Amino acid sequence: MTDTQSTMEELARDPSSRKRFLKMVGGAGAASAFAVFLAACGSDDDKSSDGAPKVSKPSGSGSGKGAKKDLEIVNYALTLEYLEVEFYNQVIESGQVKDKKVAELAMKIAENEQEHVDALTATVEKLGGTPAPKPKTKFEDVISGGPDKILKTAAEVENLGASAYLGQAGKIKNPEILAAALSIHSVEGRHAAALNTLLGKSVTPDGAFAKPASMDEVLKAVKPFIAS
Amino acid sequence: MTKETLAIPELEGVEIHGTTRGAFLLRATLAAGAVYGAGAVAPFVNQAMAQGGDVDIVNYALTLELLETAFYKKGESLGLSSEVKKLASEFGKQESEHVDALTATVKKLGGKPPKKPTFTFPAKDEKSFLKLAVTLEDTGVSAYNGAAPMIKSKDVLEAAGTIVQIEARHAAAIRLAAGEDPAPDAFDKTLEMQAVLDAVKPFIKA
Repeated sequence: MTDTQSTMEELARDPSSRKRFLKMVGGAGAASAFAVFLAACGSDDDKSSDGAPKVSKPSGSGSGKGAKKDLEIVNYALTLEYLEVEFYNQVIESGQVKDKKVAELAMKIAENEQEHVDALTATVEKLGGTPAPKPKTKFEDVISGGPDKILKTAAEVENLGASAYLGQAGKIKNPEILAAALSIHSVEGRHAAALNTLLGKSVTPDGAFAKPASMDEVLKAVKPFIAS
Repeated sequence: MTKETLAIPELEGVEIHGTTRGAFLLRATLAAGAVYGAGAVAPFVNQAMAQGGDVDIVNYALTLELLETAFYKKGESLGLSSEVKKLASEFGKQESEHVDALTATVKKLGGKPPKKPTFTFPAKDEKSFLKLAVTLEDTGVSAYNGAAPMIKSKDVLEAAGTIVQIEARHAAAIRLAAGEDPAPDAFDKTLEMQAVLDAVKPFIKA
């Protein structure tokens, strides 16, 4: 048995070992930094210590249309990230992926996606909203389809995720939320490229300019993975 | 005053001073012990909005794309393996498409594109080429992500988004080719314009 397999099995057996794993690799820091940042920049009545002009007022505490729209977008992103986390966790648990390279990448990506979930959840709360519920997923067919189908689906989901963020970038009103979304968007692009590489596919299937996807297109594409 | 060190080893000599004094960022820094992408960008929003508009930002991106194009061109003379050569030639072509698109954008905005600089790169073999490629692509991602929230035009912002994702894809593929983690952080870091320009200065001859 390889180290990867035994590590994966340990992760599958014990959910708290996953958390320890995340801590061990230093992953937990990013999400907390992110949440602290959002919490800090969201306090409207805080005065800057040096009298510098304040950054654009976060719209979270307001009830304006822009704030509401931003909240919708963040919850939409959260739903997609939940879907990704759930997918990788089920893949890891299934033990279907034996290839060390693929398994390592899947675990690494799962860790990133969990941090996105944590950060986006904190963002929704900061905006005064209710985080979208974790969707009930339906990945059984993909997982029982074996490693090739799993890898292909992972690449599809990541490419879709990258397009989904890109499709919202121009719609986000609050610059802090935009900055946060962009910092996730490029990571989804990295995941997509890495998976495409393992598949032997072009890392830039759209050419020199990535294509965005609308909310409708994305929701339609992920529908088969969501249990009604 | 806070002082941040960049995460990219080659750029570690570059420090960001002065613009990060907002109380919120200080608190975030103290609490987290590290400044991640979103945290670093907000003070920069103020700074850039005071200094200039979309033309400046697009010209900045254009300079970086010119640099990347020249870098991949240099790769042609290094006797790269076929795998890396293929990536370099594909990515070089895409960077030059970014140059064309950004040049057209600057003109459309009524601005003047910068003169193409002459570049020099300390890459002498595949190993040093890949190492520098990782740095340049990661820096490109951080540069776009840092500048994008300051863009006023929705069209320009969306165009920048379509490019930064490609830079991120390049970064991931190059990192894999170099045997590195394709996505080392869950949130890509952002870099300020001045820090990026200072960091690439050694590659600009004239």
